[in-house]
Amino acid sequence: MVDARTDSHVPALGGGGDAAAVDSRVRIGDLVLRNPVMPASGTFAEGLAPVVPFERLGALVTKTVTPELRGGNPTPRVCEVGQGMLNSIGIPSKGLDYFVAHTVPFYRQFSTPLVASISAPSADAFAAGVEKLAVPGVAVIEANISCPNIEEDGKAFAMDPRPTAQVVARMRRATTLPLWVKLSPNTGDIASVARAAADAGADALVVGNTILAMSIDIETFRPRLGNVMGGLSGPGLKPILVRMTYQCARAVSIPIIGCGGIATAADAIEYMLAGASAVQVGTATFVRPTAMLSVIDGLAAFCARKGIARVADLTGALHDTDMKVEAHDHDHDHMSEAVS
Amino acid sequence: MGQTISLQTVSPDDAPSPAAAVLPAPAADVLGVVVSHVWLNDEYRHLVLEAPEPAPLARAGQFFNLECPHTAEDKPYLRRPMSLYRADPANGIVEFLYKVTGVGTRGLASIKVGRTMRLLGPLGVGFSIDPAARSIVVLGRGVGLATLAPLAELAASRGVAVTAILSARTPATVMSVDRFAAIGARIEIVLDSDGSSDPANVERILRACAAEGRADAFYTCGSNRLMLLMQRLGRELSIPGEVALEQQMACGLGMCFCCVRNFSVGGDIEARRVCSEGPVFRLDEAMPW
Repeated sequence: MVDARTDSHVPALGGGGDAAAVDSRVRIGDLVLRNPVMPASGTFAEGLAPVVPFERLGALVTKTVTPELRGGNPTPRVCEVGQGMLNSIGIPSKGLDYFVAHTVPFYRQFSTPLVASISAPSADAFAAGVEKLAVPGVAVIEANISCPNIEEDGKAFAMDPRPTAQVVARMRRATTLPLWVKLSPNTGDIASVARAAADAGADALVVGNTILAMSIDIETFRPRLGNVMGGLSGPGLKPILVRMTYQCARAVSIPIIGCGGIATAADAIEYMLAGASAVQVGTATFVRPTAMLSVIDGLAAFCARKGIARVADLTGALHDTDMKVEAHDHDHDHMSEAVS
Repeated sequence: MGQTISLQTVSPDDAPSPAAAVLPAPAADVLGVVVSHVWLNDEYRHLVLEAPEPAPLARAGQFFNLECPHTAEDKPYLRRPMSLYRADPANGIVEFLYKVTGVGTRGLASIKVGRTMRLLGPLGVGFSIDPAARSIVVLGRGVGLATLAPLAELAASRGVAVTAILSARTPATVMSVDRFAAIGARIEIVLDSDGSSDPANVERILRACAAEGRADAFYTCGSNRLMLLMQRLGRELSIPGEVALEQQMACGLGMCFCCVRNFSVGGDIEARRVCSEGPVFRLDEAMPW
């Protein structure tokens, strides 16, 4: 039986050429990464160090820190939904002072750039927090303006262009560090949100966070998460976030970092063809702790087989110029009619 | 004993450079081969894997995150945490005893001898035994007894006497009696079927252990009711203790913060990760679930 969690069903990506000769480096603004593969915030921490050599990763991304102390959501905080999961962790945080005093120093032992993920309840708090992160060891700030759990009813800045522009502009004035903005798929028009973030000064966009979702235990009639709603992650997200990556890449000129359901090199390649310059691996690490290493090796092997000299050449290499792109909801219906 | 666990319960967050000597072997994701997998009764299965290091270096109370196979009906996506039943470093063996309860364990139950499966571990903080302890009491119920069996063997290997109170619904579901008997433990079996598992009777046994000087430390796993009983007596009689806890998990490595439980620490309620700050915790700080 094919097991969707493993890469056993993925056709061999290598099998020709010299993977070691492939240049895996990618550029995100002024920052050059040794390869395009990094963890997604919230799925990575010091605890992975015995299992994955951090020096092999393109970047290291911390769990989101908030200026204030946060306890997080009630349990259960996780539930399995088909081939994926819901989480409602609620961003437990020991606060920025602790983060700067303890978490950042731990990562200074690695040469891999550290991306500090931050969230806050207001634009002012975001700006104040970003200022505090200007410490040795922090290479990039990733602004989590998209976490669906942080505010009541799952609302977040990234749901609309206007609050996105406001919060990004405030952060931009507060830091000279590279500022990556993590967008939310929980919006009707991600291209407009992407443009708002780019115009307000973001250096790159991470596309994106989890999709707000819900699951119910039909035996008990109760929600399966203590917080009732939570974020969906895992393989089911991939086609949606690949589409959003494609839309954002067409909308802005700054780099896109693709994220959502990436477990294999083949998944990462899809995102890069859609326009991503780098990728984040999240939930797959829970299933296969070494998933990021497989993605790194698989990308080089794929490029070697295809005769592609640089992994970065995959970015936006999608062949779609001969195709009409109209992302309306009824397109699917038209296609169904055509098929039938 | 209450003091000796403090070093081991420091989380990675709090201790970037902990004293390596007291920490367990670092975890790795290894491929194990099933060498035996049998039903012990209608609910419990015993899984024996041959696995490379560091898996067989696991210590009592530690656990693994197991990649459970898919079947036609059950497709567990996340791994499932499973506490160690036995580790044999000399022969490269790790064993698990589990109750088949849901999607994950039904998938796990389908794996055949000779097949391989991934196991991430050893994970978490295991049991500690105070070097000054001469005798301990372990109290477990159901599949929780499986977690206590390697602790009893660890105690015996250090010359510490063990009283094992084994609670179960029926005689058929008392687990691991042979393991406790083999190390010369004094065994008290208490059952729902004859009423002897009633907390009042278990309390009588525990008080007798304490009165006879056979309870330098308490250990428990598998029952909220028994945990509360042991906690109350531990406080009253000044006997330190440890409890092994469960919680739903995703990563098993302290990253996702899914598996927190609340603990009562000096009057405050503190959330701790079962995977990395436990699964073994101080009994006096545990809260009912």
